[in-house]
Amino acid sequence: MIVIARLTVRELVRRRVVWVLAALTVLSVTLVAVGLDRLVSLARADGTNELEIRIGVSQVLILIAFMFSFVLAMTAAFVGAPAIGGELESGVALAILARPLRRAEVLLGRWLGSALIVVGYTAASGLLAIAVATQISGYGPPDPFLAVAFLSGQALVLLTLTLALGSVLPSIAAGAIAVVGFGLGWMAGVLAGVAAAFGVEVLGQVAEVSRWILPSDGLWRGVIYGLEPPLVVMLATGNLPRYADANPFYASAPPPLGFVIWSGVWIALVLGVSSWWFERRDL
Amino acid sequence: MSSPAIEFDGITKRYGRTTALDALSLRVGRGELVGLLGPNGAGKTTAVKLVLGLVRPTSGTGHVLGAPIGDRAARARIGYLPELFRYQPWLRAREVLTLHAELAGVAPGRRAAATAEALDRVGLTDRADDPVHDFSKGMQQRLGLGVALLGEPELILLDEPTSALDPVGRTDVRAIVRSARDRGATVILNSHLLTEVERVCDRVVILHRGRVIASGPLDEVVAADGVRLRVSDLDDAGRRVLAGFGPVSTDGDWLSIRPLDAARIPEVVAALVATGGRVHAVEPGRGSLEARFLELVTAPEEETA
Ligand SMILES: Nc1ncnc2c1ncn2[C@@H]1O[C@H](COP(=O)(O)OP(=O)(O)OP(=O)(O)O)[C@@H](O)[C@H]1O
Ligand SMILES: [Mg+2]
Repeated sequence: MIVIARLTVRELVRRRVVWVLAALTVLSVTLVAVGLDRLVSLARADGTNELEIRIGVSQVLILIAFMFSFVLAMTAAFVGAPAIGGELESGVALAILARPLRRAEVLLGRWLGSALIVVGYTAASGLLAIAVATQISGYGPPDPFLAVAFLSGQALVLLTLTLALGSVLPSIAAGAIAVVGFGLGWMAGVLAGVAAAFGVEVLGQVAEVSRWILPSDGLWRGVIYGLEPPLVVMLATGNLPRYADANPFYASAPPPLGFVIWSGVWIALVLGVSSWWFERRDL
Repeated sequence: MSSPAIEFDGITKRYGRTTALDALSLRVGRGELVGLLGPNGAGKTTAVKLVLGLVRPTSGTGHVLGAPIGDRAARARIGYLPELFRYQPWLRAREVLTLHAELAGVAPGRRAAATAEALDRVGLTDRADDPVHDFSKGMQQRLGLGVALLGEPELILLDEPTSALDPVGRTDVRAIVRSARDRGATVILNSHLLTEVERVCDRVVILHRGRVIASGPLDEVVAADGVRLRVSDLDDAGRRVLAGFGPVSTDGDWLSIRPLDAARIPEVVAALVATGGRVHAVEPGRGSLEARFLELVTAPEEETA
């Protein structure tokens, strides 16, 4: 398994995926820096008070994080889908799987190697962007590590899904399904908020179920929570407690511990079931 | 070491509604060099993949090197060149071999030597540090052969090993296969190049529609010499005379007698003429694996069933 994980990392380095990700990091952090710098200096010149700037910065960060989470979802899909599927299609897998190793070892090794790269990218890119934003505006989010951890969790969920699908479906289909699933999950999360706000119970239940089926959106709530200054939380809960939850860019509480544990279990389950399937399929 | 290298006991393999192998029973002893032949879709590749556990039988059982087919530990002692040979394009040839040496469980201290040996065996030493991506198809097949030979496996499965090779490469493969057998390894060779098979194999197994239609030592399977004749005005007396030389079969205007010693052809012609038959053409048929193969594979269903 470790051999395959090492091989995967080597592949991602050799195929320049890692360099592309590094370049993307530099690019996005630079954009954040320049954009925030302009925004904050303009606002200060206008005489906007520091509290408003602070709230503004946090909201901009959340928005950037959202876009970044989308980029991450795509990255996870592009790395995960061909990890198993690509080699099955090209025939490289035939020679490898004829060796004395379990197919599950190949699947888990592929997952481990890809996960290292994806989480490394998330952590480096996310923390760097937050550090730069803090440096420029003078305000940092309350819990950058929590936010990045949840962001990584979200990326891992998608990576797991594409890799698993890639072991039974053509890799293009696997990638497409995962990206669509990510979008649907996010929409279901929004719907759940709206449903809660307006008391539409059936809709709320459907959305809640979808959140457990694909935990990516639930984890996204954790990212927001880690980036949201307590002040915003206080303001929101004071004024419009019910309606505030309908906002997809707002979270009053981190995802419950049970949900975080479920996400871990979900990843293990998906890997387990796909290994079982993969072990039995004809090549 | 007494267990056979491969033993299939009534293995059936279906892919959906296609029956690739139909209750196939097969036995390959240790140290044999066996040619597995058959027309396209006969089930040769499927049989090889079953040995490795790459596909699972629908029913029936089999053993390889004393373990159930697909057994993980047994795979450490098997070398395999797939029909669809592809290796990580972003690795160098040497790295592909090192990876396989590691996966095959070659001791760390032996890996570099085993890799160098395999490269040398398949003539890729000069290109060892080039990425596989830049290799021609034949070079990739040579690399695949190197992978299959790595670590001196007890059983070597080669699925059409010369499909991309030039004549020099084919000669090399013959030498490689012979030296593996001389070392005591068992080799199974799938091929459509019957002359190649004829030159190296001790034994052949011919598959057709998932069943064995012929198997045995090469000289037993290969068609004997014979003759094909086009004759008119042949009467019953003539037919009786012909039957005296050997088994006769008809194919339109043509008659053939097989087996028949080529030295007796003039006798046959003289006898025919003596009974009033008019001989238009005489074609001596040299016995070959190809002739036998065509005979078997194009024979009507009833005869092969
Ligand atoms: N993965 C698969 N899915 C469905 N059918 C398959 C699959 N693999 C093989 N078959 C079918 O099984 C039969 C045997 O195929 P196989 O590849 O074993 O033939 P072969 O003897 O190796 O032929 P060739 O000489 O063309 O390589 C064919 O009818 C083929 O269509
Ligand atoms: Mg084949």
